[in-house]
Amino acid sequence: MLKVRIGSLSLPNPVMTASGTFGYGKEYEDFVNIHKLGAIVVKGISFDPRPGNPPPRIVETACGMLNAIGLQNVGVERFIEEKLPYLRNMNCRVIVNILGDSVEEYCAITQRLNEEKGIQAIELNISCPNVKKGGVAFGTNSSMAHEVVSQVRKETSLPLIVKLSPNVTDITEMAKAAEDGGADAVSLINTLIGMAIDIHKKKPVLANTIGGLSGPAIKPVALRMVWQVADAVKIPVIGIGGISTWQDAIEFILAGASAIQVGTANFFNPRITDEIIIGIEDYLKKNKYSSVREIIGLAKN
Amino acid sequence: MNTFQTNATVVKTEQLGPQIYRLTFSAYDIAKSAKPGQFVMLKASQGLDPLLRRPFSIHQVTEQGTLQILFKAIGKGTQYLSALKVGDVIDIVGPLGNGFDINTAGGHCLVGGGMGIAPMLYLAKEIIKGNKPVDLKIILGAQNKDEIAQLLLNFSELGVEVIHATDDGSSGHHGFVTELMEPILTNNNEKDWNIYCCGPHPMMKQVASICDKNSWNCWVSMETMMACGIGACLGCTIQGINTIQKQSQNYMHVCKDGPIFRAADIKW
Repeated sequence: MLKVRIGSLSLPNPVMTASGTFGYGKEYEDFVNIHKLGAIVVKGISFDPRPGNPPPRIVETACGMLNAIGLQNVGVERFIEEKLPYLRNMNCRVIVNILGDSVEEYCAITQRLNEEKGIQAIELNISCPNVKKGGVAFGTNSSMAHEVVSQVRKETSLPLIVKLSPNVTDITEMAKAAEDGGADAVSLINTLIGMAIDIHKKKPVLANTIGGLSGPAIKPVALRMVWQVADAVKIPVIGIGGISTWQDAIEFILAGASAIQVGTANFFNPRITDEIIIGIEDYLKKNKYSSVREIIGLAKN
Repeated sequence: MNTFQTNATVVKTEQLGPQIYRLTFSAYDIAKSAKPGQFVMLKASQGLDPLLRRPFSIHQVTEQGTLQILFKAIGKGTQYLSALKVGDVIDIVGPLGNGFDINTAGGHCLVGGGMGIAPMLYLAKEIIKGNKPVDLKIILGAQNKDEIAQLLLNFSELGVEVIHATDDGSSGHHGFVTELMEPILTNNNEKDWNIYCCGPHPMMKQVASICDKNSWNCWVSMETMMACGIGACLGCTIQGINTIQKQSQNYMHVCKDGPIFRAADIKW
């Protein structure tokens, strides 16, 4: 009933975890049956380990939070050595989110991941700055987005998901660039850029000044973008952005998402993904649908 | 499985002073597997505001499976908690973090300031439980008498020496806890002290420096903004002093690497 397909990737249910909110899976083993999730999208991996930004890295905002973690991660080698075996043993479906500051870095990580078993797909975080192009984010320029997607495409036969930044004038342009570049699916949205100021210290709260806004506060924006992108491309769309309840997940699916990712909600309710899977199934039963696929984009009719 | 997410029922509420509250929950699984210095994350709202859970040191646990937190109602989350009534149900995740390792050699001195007193009652009881006689000193600090009077009664029941200070001099020593440490600890037969400290950052920094000067072991309980408490968000970063190979920074995370750290490992 809950089975969905993302390109060649077949998932038992449409509920995934958003990169950066679920660690490498093990962090949630006491709360969630992690092998039952549609897939786990792990914390973004770069080629070399990255230490991340100085503190403070996070601040709570109205119905949301800002983060400037700075892509702290263990790097691809340690991910393969220390994190992947656990996920493989637990029979989890693993989607590896990757990031880089050059096309070459994205490609090198992909080549390394190709050699490993137990990876179901790669998700490309293209919200990172392209160092060789003056630090403009790959995901905010459609020709740069196309370039990185098509180069990574050449490196792997694994399903390729491109995670889109909402910090653009027209997200459908980026989605089309990803599709043209050979992506099997797009996932959206990444965080919205924002900031907060400490009025007592009279300076930005985050050491990095700006950070990414996530949580329920961004859900209407995310839903609108998913709706638009679902019209603009033929490949599957994965909805992300403030999903905190099963009702939120249903909204995204009705807007055209074939699957969803739960992000910030994992922080304030570590067992939320289990609850959302159950909630979607109950909704389908009550409304007499035999498959979740029947309601994908249904709000458009 | 050693961390739990549970719907806990409030079994007792107390107001210990202006804005200072103590809540007792029935949370058997968490209470049974907890140790002093660990913390819990509480959902401090009915809906989405405040969104994130609030971390609290475990103040006390009982054999019957109850768990206590102590807090000052300052922000939205703590004000919500202060209004809870007996019978209300609240979502708790815990126990989290590493907790204090009680050193078996030497004397013990607990230094708590403000709401940093919270974990010290639990730790003191745990130290006293150990079968051999211990040299235990407790030094507590608060802004004024109203904040600390009730808590002093709880500590005095332990039958060990408790010394205290207040910022305004309304009770005990007029000044800071840090001014009491050396006079008490150096005029003693025991020379090998283990200091366990929780309180405001400037106080812990000062305690760490006093301990460094006297070559005493010192552990501190750190506090930062925290989103998940379980090592996933990587938001609760503090700077450590040792440099890891090839990395200029040594970032540590309060929720998983702590909240208890050796004071010597922290870049103050």
